[in-house]
Amino acid sequence: MMGMFEVRWHGRGGQGAWTASELLARAAVHEGKYIQSFPEFGPERMGAPVTAFTRISAKPIRLHCAVYEPNVVVVLDSTLMKTVQVAQGLARNGNLIINSKEAPLEVRKTLAYEGKVWTVPATEIAIKILGAPITSTAMLGAVARVTGVVSLESIKKAVEERFRRDVAEKNFAVIKEAYEEVRSE
Amino acid sequence: MKNVIKQKVVALNGNEAVAYAVKQSDVDVVAAYPITPQTIIVERFSEYVANGEVETAFVCTESEHSAMTACLTAALTGARTFTATASAGLALMHEMLFVTAGCRAPVVMAVANRALSAPLNIHGDQSDAMAQRDSGWIQLYVENAQEVYDTVIQAFKIAENPNVLLPAMVCFDGFIVSHSLENVNVLPDDAVKAFLGMRQFPTVLTHDGVKAPFRLDPEHPMTLGPAAFPNYYFEIKRQQVEALKNALSVIRQVHDEYAELSGRSYGNGLIEAYRLEDAEVATVCLGSTAGTTKIVVDELREEGVKAGLLRIRTFRPLPVDDIRRALQDVKAVAVLDKCISFGGFGGPVFHEVRHVLYDLDKRPVLVNYIYGLGGRDVPPWQIRQVYEDLKGILKEEKVKEPVNYLGLRE
Repeated sequence: MMGMFEVRWHGRGGQGAWTASELLARAAVHEGKYIQSFPEFGPERMGAPVTAFTRISAKPIRLHCAVYEPNVVVVLDSTLMKTVQVAQGLARNGNLIINSKEAPLEVRKTLAYEGKVWTVPATEIAIKILGAPITSTAMLGAVARVTGVVSLESIKKAVEERFRRDVAEKNFAVIKEAYEEVRSE
Repeated sequence: MKNVIKQKVVALNGNEAVAYAVKQSDVDVVAAYPITPQTIIVERFSEYVANGEVETAFVCTESEHSAMTACLTAALTGARTFTATASAGLALMHEMLFVTAGCRAPVVMAVANRALSAPLNIHGDQSDAMAQRDSGWIQLYVENAQEVYDTVIQAFKIAENPNVLLPAMVCFDGFIVSHSLENVNVLPDDAVKAFLGMRQFPTVLTHDGVKAPFRLDPEHPMTLGPAAFPNYYFEIKRQQVEALKNALSVIRQVHDEYAELSGRSYGNGLIEAYRLEDAEVATVCLGSTAGTTKIVVDELREEGVKAGLLRIRTFRPLPVDDIRRALQDVKAVAVLDKCISFGGFGGPVFHEVRHVLYDLDKRPVLVNYIYGLGGRDVPPWQIRQVYEDLKGILKEEKVKEPVNYLGLRE
């Protein structure tokens, strides 16, 4: 892995953007990498826009500031795209991964972004398996597939550390399905 | 280092790293009141207590003033004592901070640095701890989650040293360190326990004229913290000055001992000089900004600029000789302050650094930058601008404005 890998997560309070950013970081620790995961704290209300960041590097991370030019942007809630500039700072060779049942081509029409767009029906997968629209782990699965930055095996370890056994099993099922279903144009 | 002990790498945020260090430090009493961005420390620690993972007496107080009072009195009975706070909580402790230092109670406190109101702001800057710099406490400022873990353990050993016997604050940037998950190498429990050992007590004469350890003990009654009027007060204050002087060598010694055990060191424990040997331009800062600055220094070095950084790790006691030696040959220095000293000439770190260098025959040109207040982000290009300004000062041989504001809309 070359240099620093940076992810920005957009969600709403309660959807688990911070949890997702942490799980990705914890998975990378299992691969001997250096990590940072932190939220951007604004008004901490259920439903309010929330941003979180993950940094992964082969070398110790000394940087202590926000992520301005992420490699990947993940959108946990597509309604955010009406109010938040989700593609801001994202390089043309980056990846924008959106929770949507629409095709990437459809979603692209609403975006000012020329790079690669991916969609995954995270809400549907989460409702089917978890019984609740908690999309953090589904989006994590999509990130693993799109970027290959961590293996599914490492994500499994991170999820098992974080959740009770039955909850971990269900969430890993969500991750695997999102891993399979995420698609690009 | 050959005798470095095998350690486990875990992902912890700064607050969790503090709680973990306290758990391993065999602490007898924790008295605390939660406040953002420190709350996670107290939450995690209360879980350790509830799960029976520690034997600590955990006291939930109704305010920070009471938390510090409880810590003071617990520490005077001989207990190893810890608390954590930030911002308004630290301000509310103000009175008791002086009492704790004056009573020579070696309380260790983690401060997740946060701005002071008004306007209300929960984010990071160092105004809270800087406002307490003259309280008689040791103040250590750390860069990241790993260092806050290492330093909390060191702080107990420093504070409890019979030649020091002073309370110590471990300061780390709110949110930037407190809420950032990072890789932290943790020592085995036994190694921390052996490193710290039991609290040591100096021997004093009791009222009955017998020698006894300096602590409240019904077997050897003594009065601690009584009134001292004009006939004694001044001498007691002078002793605190001496204890802080002693702390300089003890901080280094504990840091070196810990480095041998863990393989990790932070300069000499007092200051960390980064690429300063032949530097012409340098910045001085405290805390997490040093990490970002190191990246900028490396970039500038690659471009042929002789840039360096001085991170002051120990701010109280101030390592005067170390700062002089580190900066005496630099041509232009910018001091970064995450705090305003309202109505003063620059920020508190600027005051100290400029003051310390005044006696040198040849000293650098010094400028001040106030930055990052209320959690304003500090990206590398902001710091780079400071070095560009310093290059300009060298070229034009003139300082336009000694006190500047970085990353501010004006």
